Amino acid sequence: MTCSEFLALLDDLIDDSVTAETRAELQKHLHGCGHCEVTLNTTRKTIEIYRSHQIYDLPPDLRERLHAAIMARCKKGC
Amino acid sequence: MATIQPIAGELEPHPDVALVQRVRDGDVSAYDDLVRKYDRQIFRIAQHITQNREDAEDVMQDAFLKAYEKLDQFQGNSKFYTWLVRIAVNESLMRLRKRRSGKMVSIDEDIETDEGSVPRDLADWAPDPEQNYTQAELRAILEKTIKGLPPGFRVVFILRDVEGLSTEETAETLGLSIPAVKSRLLRARLQLRERLSRYFRMKKAPRVTKPRGTKSSELKLGETRDEK
Repeated sequence: MTCSEFLALLDDLIDDSVTAETRAELQKHLHGCGHCEVTLNTTRKTIEIYRSHQIYDLPPDLRERLHAAIMARCKKGC
Repeated sequence: MATIQPIAGELEPHPDVALVQRVRDGDVSAYDDLVRKYDRQIFRIAQHITQNREDAEDVMQDAFLKAYEKLDQFQGNSKFYTWLVRIAVNESLMRLRKRRSGKMVSIDEDIETDEGSVPRDLADWAPDPEQNYTQAELRAILEKTIKGLPPGFRVVFILRDVEGLSTEETAETLGLSIPAVKSRLLRARLQLRERLSRYFRMKKAPRVTKPRGTKSSELKLGETRDEK
């Protein structure tokens, strides 16, 4: 397996949607390729960081204000 | 092994179905529950697309009001949440268009780029690299980094990886084919990785005296590796 072929399957590997056979091939490539290992690890970390550190939070006071406005309009039939 | 998996298909009716039915039957308070359940996500998605706080506030209100008005059109063959997200994405794109003085804005814009399609920065990252920054610094880095992505990549990454929609749901929500979603997701992930590498890559002379323990579950595929 080449690095390009590995890269083409990177998302499937991260999303755990590869067959056992393909996974074994990917693992085999990883054992001998430090670059692809770094790419895999740091890509996974990228996703993890964006998931665990949510940006653009809705502040509680704004949330309540928007919520009240929405429900007031809904009760009037919009 | 830690894996990132798409949401599995549900066999039982989603709890939102009952809430939607109650609203249809005239119980407005059930809509209150739906708004509280999804308002944060809708606000976040709107701000990611519009990159403007006021627009995100307007989008959030308009999306929930539009969904309420159109509730009879909700078929129930998709999740209420993905249906709502679709409305919010469309509202967000409309706002973005207004900000750009009527210039056409679509999620197909600015995707003709090869940036990030081939990894260039191959330096490994420090263990738990986010801990080298304060919360405020990290937030600024994450915002700046994702802002740099083309809107068509950004929205796919947000829906798929941050908000947890499946590939199929993301495709349906954005009106894209599944291969298009997959292609954009890979490019988005790789571009973000490349840009974050500037901040998170291992320093040549680390300030810490002892290397911290590496979390093997994060760094490997979960199986043993030949260390020789």
